[in-house]
Amino acid sequence: MAEEVASATAVEIARMVAGGSISAREVALTFLDRIEKVNSSTNAFLHVNQDWSLSCADLIDQKIARGENPGPLAGVPIAIKDALCIEGAPTTCGSRILEDYRPPYTATVVRRVLEAGAVPIGKTNMDEFAMGSSNESSGFRKCFNPWDLSRAPGGSSGGSAVAVAAGMAPVALGSDTGGSIRQPAAFCGVTGMKPTWGRVSRYGLGAFASSLDQVGPLSRTVEDSALLLSVIAGHDERDSTSLPDPVDDYRSALGSIKGLRVGVPAEYFGEGLDGEVAAAVRAAIATLEEMGASLVEVSLPHLPYAVAAYCIVSMAESSSNLARYDGVHYGARKGGTRGIDELYAGTRAQLLGREVKRRIMLGTFVLSSGYYDAYYLKGLKARRLIRRDFEEAFEKVDVIAGPTTPTAAFRIGEKINDPLAMYLSDIFTISAPLAGIPAISVPCGFTSERLPVGFQIMGRLLDEKTVLSAAAAFQGATDFHEAACPL
Amino acid sequence: MPVEDYDIVIGLESHARLLTETKMFCGCLTRFGAEPNSQTCPVCIGMPGVLPVTNRKAVMLGLRAALAFRCEIPARMRFDRKNYYYPDIPKNYQVSQNYSPVGAGGFVEIEADGVRKRIGLDNIHLEEDAGRLMHPEGSGADYSTVDLNRAGTPLLEIVTRPDMSSLTEVEAYMETLRRTLEALEISDCRMEEGSLRFEASISLKPLGSTTLGKRVEIKNLNSTRAVLNCLEYEIRRQAAALDAGEPLTQETRLYNETTGRSERMRSKEEAHDYRYFPEPDLGPIVVLDEWLDRIRSEMPELPNLRKWRFQEAYSLPAYDAGVLTQKRSIADYFEETIAAAEAMGAEAADLAKQVSNWLMGPILREVNERRVDIAGLNIPPAHLAELVGLIQKGTISKNIAQDLVPIMIETGDPPETIASRRGMIQISDAYAVEKLVSDVLEAHGKQVAEYKDGKKAVLGFLMGQVMRQAKGKANPQVVREILTRTLQS
Amino acid sequence: MAGERAGIDVGTVRYVAGLCRLELTGDEEELFAAQLSDILNYIDKLNELDTSEVEPLAQAIEIPNVFRDDAPRGSLEVSEALANAPEKTGGFYKVPAVLEG
Ligand SMILES: [Mg+2]
Ligand SMILES: [Zn+2]
Repeated sequence: MAEEVASATAVEIARMVAGGSISAREVALTFLDRIEKVNSSTNAFLHVNQDWSLSCADLIDQKIARGENPGPLAGVPIAIKDALCIEGAPTTCGSRILEDYRPPYTATVVRRVLEAGAVPIGKTNMDEFAMGSSNESSGFRKCFNPWDLSRAPGGSSGGSAVAVAAGMAPVALGSDTGGSIRQPAAFCGVTGMKPTWGRVSRYGLGAFASSLDQVGPLSRTVEDSALLLSVIAGHDERDSTSLPDPVDDYRSALGSIKGLRVGVPAEYFGEGLDGEVAAAVRAAIATLEEMGASLVEVSLPHLPYAVAAYCIVSMAESSSNLARYDGVHYGARKGGTRGIDELYAGTRAQLLGREVKRRIMLGTFVLSSGYYDAYYLKGLKARRLIRRDFEEAFEKVDVIAGPTTPTAAFRIGEKINDPLAMYLSDIFTISAPLAGIPAISVPCGFTSERLPVGFQIMGRLLDEKTVLSAAAAFQGATDFHEAACPL
Repeated sequence: MPVEDYDIVIGLESHARLLTETKMFCGCLTRFGAEPNSQTCPVCIGMPGVLPVTNRKAVMLGLRAALAFRCEIPARMRFDRKNYYYPDIPKNYQVSQNYSPVGAGGFVEIEADGVRKRIGLDNIHLEEDAGRLMHPEGSGADYSTVDLNRAGTPLLEIVTRPDMSSLTEVEAYMETLRRTLEALEISDCRMEEGSLRFEASISLKPLGSTTLGKRVEIKNLNSTRAVLNCLEYEIRRQAAALDAGEPLTQETRLYNETTGRSERMRSKEEAHDYRYFPEPDLGPIVVLDEWLDRIRSEMPELPNLRKWRFQEAYSLPAYDAGVLTQKRSIADYFEETIAAAEAMGAEAADLAKQVSNWLMGPILREVNERRVDIAGLNIPPAHLAELVGLIQKGTISKNIAQDLVPIMIETGDPPETIASRRGMIQISDAYAVEKLVSDVLEAHGKQVAEYKDGKKAVLGFLMGQVMRQAKGKANPQVVREILTRTLQS
Repeated sequence: MAGERAGIDVGTVRYVAGLCRLELTGDEEELFAAQLSDILNYIDKLNELDTSEVEPLAQAIEIPNVFRDDAPRGSLEVSEALANAPEKTGGFYKVPAVLEG
């Protein structure tokens, strides 16, 4: 049974647990055991609290024993990105400045998955404050790609992607600002989705860039992501930007893609796209066509400006969002005691990492006196143009498909000293958050070095259903998502 | 040059705490004087992951102020972040309004030295307050403490144009602002609790000169007294510097209440670079016409406009009009009393002045002594109207009326009911008085003879006897008239 | 325009670091001056776009008029509020002496 569970999907686990064929405790023990075995070689998790996980599992088992409905995620172990607050539990956002911080409240998404019967199995590694595309910017330790431990798992939700890829959890929560769910999903050969901005509450997610951040699911199958999204999506009165629109039951909405119009943007297949990645993605698009979808060429002419607009918007917002980490009201305090400014500057200098500092500096600069119009407003205007590209394309097509990343997982150390190159590696994922639209990455093949390749499908605002349907249909016709990593 | 030889240019920024029960973006209470850090939550402590949700009432109060001050109201507004580091603002940004304030332009109309003047407003905007940073008294402690109870309290900042040119105008402006915000129930303006705080900017230039003087900003002004003292000091300081040919610098100064002096804080070169940008955690506010219609329909008359109307419509002296319009409830009470008196058929030309006298005198005295609002005094306007009417008709004397007031408060009964129940009604009836007079004259034949001999002074004695017979309840005017007539016949 | 904006010198780095309260070493100042210049140079490619008629887009979906009622919602206990404070004294957060307003 344990072996069966280890490779089971969340949907299957919930069915088994609710049906009584296995206890939530046994499920949790299976995955805790796997974490015990492989976490040290991957560093996917920053915090694991076996006792807490097991007591959560016991609560589910007791519910079932009492004949109560244990919820749609009954006994499903879930890995949680360490940017999401859990009352009394470590929540570091990957930063040493929050090393000993224990929030007095729980993030809405975490509350929802727990109410749905999920069992928290640990908190995952990430780039500090979600700033990074390789997990090398974690304030604690690097995280390794289970397909090739010398390579980056992607970031910033690298730990969540690795946890799912290496079988340490069937599903995980991540957050995506410029690709932080989809890019690590692609690098690690799992499914990861960024919902429409506002579809999922951000309350309790340590902010990077408010107008781009979105919490989303990572899993092996699209069906599991659909299940998890149905649980976490929906209005939250604590998040003024959360959408009031009703939530679909995404899992039961997964359907045929016959007649689906798939947009293929020329700009996504230009210079800089790795040949093997291009081939795998083209094959994936052909698969959709074989299944009855029609392909339509579309243009997203402002794609070349996406990274620039993203840098301005995300870094400006983050410079302000991260100002609170100053060693006064919570978190660690370091440095000067001679005056308050010395305390601020010393604490931030010693406890924030280089990537975070760089982005705060750039964000501060583009908002500073004399540069607001030239940079910040210009960035917001470019953002409008990027969004307009999508609006025009979606008049002709239902989804837009292309690569998630220009290359498969790069080597650790390859880009960390070249920030611009690192930012440019997010070129294909950055547009969706700028436009606010939902996007998913699913595995669609391997390079010759047996590194997973991600296939990205983007949809209209709030049309998660169609995006998930297209991705599920693709997975129904392929088995890339079933490939096990060598670890 | 004497100070009179300089043009004085003053502008004020005022922060008024809005009359809400909870904070701007979270549900923590805003009560003054609570145990330190007992009214905070993850949101107002600015913990990781928290998000703001706007207090509807605070926005509506801001719009009420914007309408009252005749500001232009944007069709759409946002909150913006003002970024700066200070231990009393836990997020190290303050949510405020920079690009689309709730009100732009507009004015506050004041009266200084009998002259009405409009003090132009630059803008009014909503924002959240900071916490309180304190330095332990004495001891020379090397630390400060932070209480976040006040952090996130809704504020309205009212920024004038540099339109004031004398301390009298500044005083009138502050007084008008306070009265208006209080009357409109936008703020309680309790200065001792920091509900209304000021910052001033002032520059001097030689009379008639067209070149602007160097603008000095002064912070930390926690009372109207502090503003006036500080500006007075600053005018002397700047005039002395200009006289001596010393250059003034554009700078920010801090007022020290203990020394009565302002001290240099920072120069313009060190000025903040606040990096305002739209708060991405909040959507826009689209101002709906129905909100404005409702606010307008609920909006009372502004105290100053009401004062001036009282002077004109009721021919009241400026002093009376000022006292009566001090509080909305008192002014309402006054007008309701007049209306009730007129409904009872009162015709006296000086009715308003009489009501004013009663109101400013005995009634407000009771209000103050009992520390109640006039509405809680148990004398409805109709009862005061009746009281004034009874005096005018001669049914009761002023002295009796004075005695009636506390009884009216105790019992809540109308004055005539009380007076007749307690036998306090004056005998004005000619027949009854004639009876009393003839009884007294009969009993005092000696004095009647003296009167007829020309000893007119004896009249007083006879008056006294009649009044004693009447147990003090006879209308003295009627007694005198009948007594004189009977004696002369 | 691109020409005058490209490049950020050590002086600017220091000014910006002061604004965002980051104490940088000399090496970091040099590094950031170079890296931020690179990134800003790249960002300057936005100047190819004519945005004179374009409205800025601050939020992908704007939900207007989201309010809460002016009703109290529980606060933290003082001990909970201060539980994470690096230094505290008698129910207050404690910071180095701050003397001016
Ligand atoms: Mg202000
Ligand atoms: Zn609060």
